[in-house]
Amino acid sequence: MQRSSTSRRREGSPWTGLWAVFFKEMADHLSSTRMRILEVLILLSAVGAVYAGAQTLRQTISEDPFLLLRVFTAAQDPLPSFVAFLSFFLPLAAIALGFDAINGEYNRNTLSRILAQPIYRDALLWGKFLAGLATIALILLALFLLVVGLSLIFLGVPPSSEEVARALLFLLATLAYTGVWLGIALVTSVLFRSAATSALAAIAVWLFFALFWGIIAQLLAQAVAPFDPFDPESELRQTEALLAFSRLSPNTLYAEAIQALLNPGVRSLGPVLISQLEGALLGSPLPLGQSFLLAWPQLTGLIALTIGLFAVAYVLFQRREVRA
Amino acid sequence: MVIETQGLTKRYGRVVAVEGLELRIEAGEVYGLLGPNGSGKTTTILMLLGLTEPSAGQVRVLGLDPVREPLSLKRQVGYLPDSVGFYGEMTAWENLSYIARLNGLPPALAKARMERVLERMGLAEVAHRPVGAFSRGMRQRLGLAEVLLKEPKVVILDEPTLGLDPEAAQEFLKMIQSLKSEGITVLLSSHLLHQVQAICDRVGLFHKGRLVLEGRVEELAQRVLGGAYRIRLEATPLQGLAERLQALPEVSRVQAEAQGLRLEATQDIRPQVARAVLEAGAALQSLVLEQPSLDEVYARYFQEVRHAA
Ligand SMILES: Nc1ncnc2c1ncn2[C@@H]1O[C@H](COP(=O)(O)OP(=O)(O)OP(=O)(O)O)[C@@H](O)[C@H]1O
Ligand SMILES: [Mg+2]
Repeated sequence: MQRSSTSRRREGSPWTGLWAVFFKEMADHLSSTRMRILEVLILLSAVGAVYAGAQTLRQTISEDPFLLLRVFTAAQDPLPSFVAFLSFFLPLAAIALGFDAINGEYNRNTLSRILAQPIYRDALLWGKFLAGLATIALILLALFLLVVGLSLIFLGVPPSSEEVARALLFLLATLAYTGVWLGIALVTSVLFRSAATSALAAIAVWLFFALFWGIIAQLLAQAVAPFDPFDPESELRQTEALLAFSRLSPNTLYAEAIQALLNPGVRSLGPVLISQLEGALLGSPLPLGQSFLLAWPQLTGLIALTIGLFAVAYVLFQRREVRA
Repeated sequence: MVIETQGLTKRYGRVVAVEGLELRIEAGEVYGLLGPNGSGKTTTILMLLGLTEPSAGQVRVLGLDPVREPLSLKRQVGYLPDSVGFYGEMTAWENLSYIARLNGLPPALAKARMERVLERMGLAEVAHRPVGAFSRGMRQRLGLAEVLLKEPKVVILDEPTLGLDPEAAQEFLKMIQSLKSEGITVLLSSHLLHQVQAICDRVGLFHKGRLVLEGRVEELAQRVLGGAYRIRLEATPLQGLAERLQALPEVSRVQAEAQGLRLEATQDIRPQVARAVLEAGAALQSLVLEQPSLDEVYARYFQEVRHAA
């Protein structure tokens, strides 16, 4: 990486000290009160998911080759499905881990002391980002094992290798999705000096995408491609525009990616909400490779978004004065 | 030359924080940066460490450029910021060991050094307590412990005695002085002039981003105070004394103070002053020749600046 303001060559590696930062931040996360709260939520959600899954499954099919995947997507009133819960809970967890990453150092007056050590700012930012991501990965893995373990106990069917592969890909997609929110939290933690403002700003972004982006995308699509009753193609154009606009939201990208990964019957991706995923119709199942290809653009979109947000945080942070 | 700058300038938008700074500090020196608030001391320090990029000019610390070679520079230079903070929920030991890891010290070496610096700063007993419960003085000593952890060649301290009680400040200054005996070059900024005078070999006076005066304290006194002898006397009654003393040929200035008078003269004229007081029929209570103090240099310099303006 290069400095934002100058393109002079710097001495040494930008990663010097990265692991020191990473392990310190990781230890901080794992011992924090925030983490205790998240752990309780994880436990509740895993139990809820398996319970909901078990209930639905008993009522419906007995012969299902993708039983484990059903556990992820089955909803039972009033409980949401496991993936719906994750897509709601993980952005908040990522924001909780990242909203005070940089401004916390300012507010504790530790930044100038840390940057006076032989490291670059890159190492500090990367260390914090990776520690957040690793913490989320740990949470996800724990959740995953819990759900698999519990469903083994309660449903008594061992998952097939394809199911495990799909579930792991689903975890990867979820990690990329969480990375986006960690990136957003990192940006707000650089932008706002007050931790409360930063948390609020990140949550505002989350609310914007969770509640309002759907409506805005619709309005935009209507404006760009107005519906004309005498033109049969106009409806299609409008649908396409709506799809394009709604794909600007990480939530849509994530919903589409996991739809392809968790639902082998899905053969093409349209604008769907997670609620529509529940009980989607099964066609003849697609092989894993095909499903992965289907989810590929969405996955790369999420990863690119994460990298882009990190780059924004990086540029902003490089320009910040060390002095508060 | 350990620290050397040429035409060092920093602008924040239209504000010029430091302008055309030419600083030269030799190995083993203790150098004091003085100046009123906002005169550019902290900005200078940040540029020396590469924590802020200069707008113009050159910096060399230990022959290294802070912008291009920050890693080798920061491995050898310790910095104690003016508002030093630690991770409150971590212990002193954990805070130090984080810094040791950032410096890439191998664990065994780090442990030995941490024990040594904590002992030296008198923090060995509280090493395993969370820093959140530390007093200001303890934090400051922990800050210095951290600086010494990397066994630096140069130590830069920004207002090291800020917020310390007189005794703690004195103790802290002794610790700083002990660095000099180890051959460490020290650059410190401060507002407490008598402290600076006590430990600094040379001082530089900043004013609006410029280094306006520099040298040993005695030299500065010579230059700013015009080599005058300052005599302070207490006597009762004071009426009419000032005029009488002003009449003495060697006296250049008489100033009334709460208890007595302050004279400036071209020579040590204490006998003449004593005689004049007695002749006026007053009782002389004290008569002392003052050593030139940095406080005075400082006060006088800025008085003159204000007059000139
Ligand atoms: N980030 C910044 N943006 C704009 N101006 C700044 C910034 N940082 C410092 N300044 C200005 O630069 C000037 C020098 O400030 P500096 O902190 O170096 O002074 P100082 O001598 O350390 O003062 P003090 O004794 O109060 O610590 C001041 O006028 C200050 O307002
Ligand atoms: Mg300052």
